[in-house]
Amino acid sequence: MNNKEENIKLSKKQLHEYRRLVFINFFRKRLVFMGFVVTMILAVIAVIAPYIAPYDIYDIDVMNKLKAPGHVHIFGTDNLGRDILSRTLYGTRISMTVGLATAAITFMCGTMLGIAAGYVKFLDNIIMRVCEGLMAIPPILMAIALVAALGASVQNVIIALSIVYIPTVARVSRASTISVCELTYIEAARAEGAEPLRIVLRHILPNIISPVIVQVTYIFASSIIIEAALSFLGAGVPQPAPSLGNMLYEAKSYIYNAWWMTIFPGVFMICTVLGLNLFGDGLRDILDPMSN
Amino acid sequence: MGKFIAKRIGSTVCTLLILSVFIFLLIHLTPGDPARILLGSDASAESVALLHEEMGLNRPLFQQYFSWVGKAVCGNLGTSYTRNGTVTHAINQAMGPTLVLSLWALLLSIVIAITSGVYAARRKGKAGDSGVIAFSLLGISTPSFLLSLFLVLIFSVGLKWLPVAGYKSIAEAGLLIHLRYIILPVISLAMMQAAVLTRMTRSSIIDVINNDYIKAAKAKGLAERAILYKHALKNAMIPILTTIGQTFALLLSGAAVVETVFGIPGIGQLIVSSVTKRDYPVIQGIVLVISLIYVVINFVIDLLYGVVDPRMRITAKQE
Repeated sequence: MNNKEENIKLSKKQLHEYRRLVFINFFRKRLVFMGFVVTMILAVIAVIAPYIAPYDIYDIDVMNKLKAPGHVHIFGTDNLGRDILSRTLYGTRISMTVGLATAAITFMCGTMLGIAAGYVKFLDNIIMRVCEGLMAIPPILMAIALVAALGASVQNVIIALSIVYIPTVARVSRASTISVCELTYIEAARAEGAEPLRIVLRHILPNIISPVIVQVTYIFASSIIIEAALSFLGAGVPQPAPSLGNMLYEAKSYIYNAWWMTIFPGVFMICTVLGLNLFGDGLRDILDPMSN
Repeated sequence: MGKFIAKRIGSTVCTLLILSVFIFLLIHLTPGDPARILLGSDASAESVALLHEEMGLNRPLFQQYFSWVGKAVCGNLGTSYTRNGTVTHAINQAMGPTLVLSLWALLLSIVIAITSGVYAARRKGKAGDSGVIAFSLLGISTPSFLLSLFLVLIFSVGLKWLPVAGYKSIAEAGLLIHLRYIILPVISLAMMQAAVLTRMTRSSIIDVINNDYIKAAKAKGLAERAILYKHALKNAMIPILTTIGQTFALLLSGAAVVETVFGIPGIGQLIVSSVTKRDYPVIQGIVLVISLIYVVINFVIDLLYGVVDPRMRITAKQE
């Protein structure tokens, strides 16, 4: 009994040391830190957009249409005189919502399916073959087909993107589950008579979570890109909601006379995706050093 | 080798089966009765029922699936709701420009990836390397349609060097004019894949460089350039080559988005017009055809992989 307690204490100390190293490593990498800061700033913008947006996003003001950036409208106005700054802030909010929701759903469903495939032999072939079949369809096309079938709305875009990306997460978590299952502590837990559910929740899940989280960060970024592409093609978030893709679609028709309609939403979009990608790279280096 | 090929054929058939079931179910998920959409809202109940019978919509689902697969194998993907003629005809007409655009983009992204990947690997940890890494990060984070808007703003609207939109094939206008029209779409499309491939090339060369045979080549006194291009790149290219199938499929579907910016009459315009007109058979046909291309390319590359790298065959045998 005493011996066991000592072991636990030691591992707690090691854990502490590990966490300290992770923390130092995190801040040492400036790029990752930058990615983290940019993501956080944009996340805060997404949350408080309704409070900081200077104008109503649907307020049409034809007298002031296509006004260049100035001190009344900092980012200028669009073809209907709507304030671009307010719409860009809201657009970031919609992009972040779609990305976060997709990441959360794919994380939960993908991990569950992946563990099931990796842990239960007879499910492996079924789940993985289905995933392979789905992964053969390019993401944008599959999302277009699904949204066309379900109808265009923010909710359906999220559902479509989740279906697109669940196989990716399932594959990653299955691979990790299989390698973890071969380790001796799983065998020990089994020998001690632990229930399968307990083994999965207490022993497998915590040990496969790192690579999955890294993957999910990338999915967060990719789903923002695909949502924008869908909206840009007219198959995503329906007009007149100011998703960044919708705004860029409108900007396309006025590219000769209103560069600000393209530049501002575009730069916000690049910053969001860039921040998330940097953050993902950093997380991968920290949580999953073997992949490098 | 026989076992290796058989295994690959087995898994490809499996993938195709699941793909076809998914796309078939998608057709049935779509709202609205196809017979009524084809005949219009004024059609009488009898004529709708008649068309139902004719299209086989009264039969059980699995029978419908088999007849759909049977027709699809023969190249019959159904009738378009909105245009005159079959889905196959519409896709055939639109495929040309999309294929040309994607092939150019594939070529450009491979050229960019190899040159910048090798350059970065040679200067690992130095400023040049960081530059390439930053550039590829930016490339990965910029969606193609956004890049095309930016490029149009700079080169067509600002500098007025290149046309804003349009498409001229080599056959009708010659190579130079063709390139003038297609260069911006190709750059926009290629950049993201170039960035992904650059990262892969860089890390895979850095991996290979630490191997003993590279050290042996160095000890032998070979020039650095010869070591990099002859010894390191050859082996580093194997993982990159295998992703080319995926890259090409992504380029094909990405081309769809870029085409709409530049008004190129390809698959992208076909998808957009089909989405706005709710022409589901065309959408599903496109998804099926492009996924098929992806699966077939992957299958061929898998086989080639086995030919090029003997280790693959041995692993397959042991399994």
